[in-house]
Amino acid sequence: MAAASTETAIRSSRFARVLIYLVLLLFALFYLLPLGIMVVNSLKPLSEITGGNMVALPRDWTIAPWLSAWSTAQIGVEPTGLRPYFINSIVMAVPAVMLSTIVGALNGYVLTKWHFRGATIIFGLLLFSCFIPFQIVLIPMARILGILDIAGTTSGLILVHFVYGIGFTTLYFRNYYAAFPTELVRAAQIDGAGFFQIFWRIMLPSSGPIIAVSFIWQFTNIWNDFLFGASFASGGSAPMTVALNNLVNSSTGVREYNVHFAGAIMAAAPTLLVYIVAGRYFVRGLMAGSVKG
Amino acid sequence: MTMMKKLHMTVAVLALSTTAAAAQEVEVLHWWTSGGEAAAVGTLRDTLAAGGIGWQDMPVAGGGGSDAMTVLRARVTAGDAPTAVQMLGFSIQDWAAEGALANLDSLAADQGWADVVPAALQRFSTYDGSWVAAPVNVHSTNWVWANTALMAELGITQPTSWEEFVAAMETAKAAGYTALAHGGQAWQEATMFDSMVMGAGGPDFYQAAMVDLDPAALGSDTMVEAFDRMATLRSYVDDNFSGRDWNLATAMVINGDALFQIMGDWAKGEFVNAGMTAGNEFQCFRVPGTEGTVTFNSDQFAMFNVADESDQASQLAMASAVMSPEFQVTFNLVKGSVPARTDIPSDQFDACGQLGMAQLAEAAASGGLFGSMAHGHANTPSVQNAMYDVITAHFNGEYDAATAAAELVTAVEIAQ
Amino acid sequence: MATTTDTGVDFRTRLQTWLPKLVLSPSLAIMLVFVYGFIAFTVYLSFTDSRMLPSYEWVGWQNYDRLFRIREWNIALTNLAVFATLYIAICTVIGLMLAILLDQKIRGEGMLRPIFLYPMALSFIVTGTAWKWMLDPAIGLENTMHLWGWESFAFGWIKDREMAIYTIVIAAVWQSSGFVMAMFLAGLRGIDNEILKAAQMDGASNFQLYRRIILPQLRPAFLSAFVILSHLAIKSYDLVIALTGGGPGNATALPATFMYSYTFTRNQMGIGAASAVIMLMTIAAIMVPYLYAELREKK
Repeated sequence: MAAASTETAIRSSRFARVLIYLVLLLFALFYLLPLGIMVVNSLKPLSEITGGNMVALPRDWTIAPWLSAWSTAQIGVEPTGLRPYFINSIVMAVPAVMLSTIVGALNGYVLTKWHFRGATIIFGLLLFSCFIPFQIVLIPMARILGILDIAGTTSGLILVHFVYGIGFTTLYFRNYYAAFPTELVRAAQIDGAGFFQIFWRIMLPSSGPIIAVSFIWQFTNIWNDFLFGASFASGGSAPMTVALNNLVNSSTGVREYNVHFAGAIMAAAPTLLVYIVAGRYFVRGLMAGSVKG
Repeated sequence: MTMMKKLHMTVAVLALSTTAAAAQEVEVLHWWTSGGEAAAVGTLRDTLAAGGIGWQDMPVAGGGGSDAMTVLRARVTAGDAPTAVQMLGFSIQDWAAEGALANLDSLAADQGWADVVPAALQRFSTYDGSWVAAPVNVHSTNWVWANTALMAELGITQPTSWEEFVAAMETAKAAGYTALAHGGQAWQEATMFDSMVMGAGGPDFYQAAMVDLDPAALGSDTMVEAFDRMATLRSYVDDNFSGRDWNLATAMVINGDALFQIMGDWAKGEFVNAGMTAGNEFQCFRVPGTEGTVTFNSDQFAMFNVADESDQASQLAMASAVMSPEFQVTFNLVKGSVPARTDIPSDQFDACGQLGMAQLAEAAASGGLFGSMAHGHANTPSVQNAMYDVITAHFNGEYDAATAAAELVTAVEIAQ
Repeated sequence: MATTTDTGVDFRTRLQTWLPKLVLSPSLAIMLVFVYGFIAFTVYLSFTDSRMLPSYEWVGWQNYDRLFRIREWNIALTNLAVFATLYIAICTVIGLMLAILLDQKIRGEGMLRPIFLYPMALSFIVTGTAWKWMLDPAIGLENTMHLWGWESFAFGWIKDREMAIYTIVIAAVWQSSGFVMAMFLAGLRGIDNEILKAAQMDGASNFQLYRRIILPQLRPAFLSAFVILSHLAIKSYDLVIALTGGGPGNATALPATFMYSYTFTRNQMGIGAASAVIMLMTIAAIMVPYLYAELREKK
């Protein structure tokens, strides 16, 4: 937050400052390197990649790989490119993020402002769910989706992501609301405001930063998921990561690396955008909430 | 039975001929997603579409089909099995043992599959004497791919024995080339190992060790010899082999940086794609020591039990289309493999394809056709992967040959 | 809460007292089924002879017995210990360092922060190939350095079975250290400047400020970072598959890759389930004391 840093108490010498900038820039370079390689190679013809230095700049610049990855590359038997799967991912991610965020907010509100016996244990139980390895849920989850008759559909996938997102969102909101003055809630109660009124009128309006954190975290996790997407959404409703994997991981065919990189950047674009646009709120939200334990 | 057979046949024919039925559909799980392969599968879809049958595509690439098998388990557990699934070797048998696969016997009898599909393949396409899968192709895995120009430059002729093969690699190494292009992934090492076992011990030994899993054979001196040959191969690969994808190894041969690569026939596509033709710019021959035998893997479409009658009809129509000579030719021309049917004329195939088809027929007739361990056609996935662990550990220098043979016995025992 | 004799209001009050529990109960029910139910199922499977699909034939401790006889499992456990220790330590150090540096009134902080943070947004399905190339001595960093004239530069760890696990650490640190940085930065920004100024008046040096006042105040951030990093470490899967596929040999296998391989690739679901149970117990051993301390403190 710019406002706070302008009056930081730490002072440093000129030499130290140069050193600081140098270190920061070196690290920036390190963080950017893989993305840089991807961008550079997505703009080369394939022959330049297989025939030479993969880190060098393109000699012939081309955007053909991007066009191919987007609309003509072979994902399955149809040469559709990644375009249709992009929509699938959005249709899946948006409801799942919203649902888990709403439920997480309500849970956090209850756990901090409506103390009752056993609340702490329930929170502990919810929190531990963040740590379950997803590989073990595959088979039993498939069975349950089958019973509910939503196997192989986007709704099924939304349910799965919603379920395994609750733990994280509850954690975020609980920690955020823990710092929220309880007196305000009590005062509203005395004024006769109900459970949902307080949530709606008092809690939610001040939850901006933590909603941003929850949104970023959930959106990134859900968008990047491969295991659930591949297992619970078939063919036409497959999300972007499954399509990308089909593009990149074909086992015994010719590998068009330039197209692969273009596709990978496309698949990553929404999460990148979210981090860049909402990144400032991320630190703010963390600051207000989750790191305060 | 004949009633059933007739009924099936009528349904199948109906399915092929009808143009109206909109609800008819097959859902196909496969991992053929790269450009050429996917286009080749597309021809199957077109054939079915001409018969009014829709194609619900469900591609899941990755891990040589292992990701697709994970997805399949999720689907079957959910009670929502696809109509047809691309499958390899023992997986077909495992699913059949679960009672999950459909019975294709009447169609197979009508079209005489038993007469045109080699017995070694039928071992996988049938379970308990019944047809459960339609084989698409045969990949043979004991090929050496060589750069003709480099061979000429080094004065090397096609080696016909293990000693000549080693001598040729020595020449290349001495001249500063990479003698053997190799990608250090477990399955690639296992692919070479198949040929080393076959070369060191011959067909009977291969059968005893890799298929029957006889502990005496697995721990024998012959097995130590096979591991020694692996160590010899190891001394001719470059320093950077670890983790390399197979196609990058192929590129080394294409670019003339490396002399040989031991790899299955899918490597051919890379050469062709680079504008080279079989027999001219590049050559293919059997791994010296394995001549007269073929180790193979075979992609098949396993047909799952579907309840709905029109789905069953579509399924049979698809099986029929897969087995049609036209599809077998179209698909395999693209894929680099050879047709699963042995009654198909080879004139459309290139030099390597023709050679492969002739040798396949020959091996099938003489009993020299063996499932590849590396590709899941010699033993179950658990044993196969346990062998991978030992082979790759030895190749990476963790065991000497004698220890490796001993470890192989233990690993196979735990995995069974 | 006001009590009243009016039945209508009474109902409303009762509803208000029940509502919070009512709101929480679906989440609880979902967790009991989808998390704890599934865990129980996995524990059960680990005592059966399940292979390709779940089976209900009881075999006692046989799977656990086999599990610890498998050499790769022991490699995977050792690797996890090495990987998790280094990963958590390095991420924390780099994250803290970057946060402290960024907190020095840096011009361009708005540019740098997203650059440090963005790797967390990408999965290794996306960046795996790029990493593999960079680390490959023949085409990546080493080759580039050679082309630039630094002939003696050598960086072939990914090809070396002793060193390959450290390349996994590097890529993992790349992915999450920016995230840790954000957590520490948030913690730093939350510290009251007045305290620092007061200490400075008393003649404390910058180093003393950090050691005595700032770092102790970051304790919650350290704990959060530790929990998030340890869960990422234990779940690490994509990373290994994308970078080394577990190789050279089996040198970089981790419990998560082991579990997937046995459950799904090798059709030995019983052994896979047993390894999952061991993993869960490890997680519980780390998490339960933390949760206990954390939640009791709040009282």
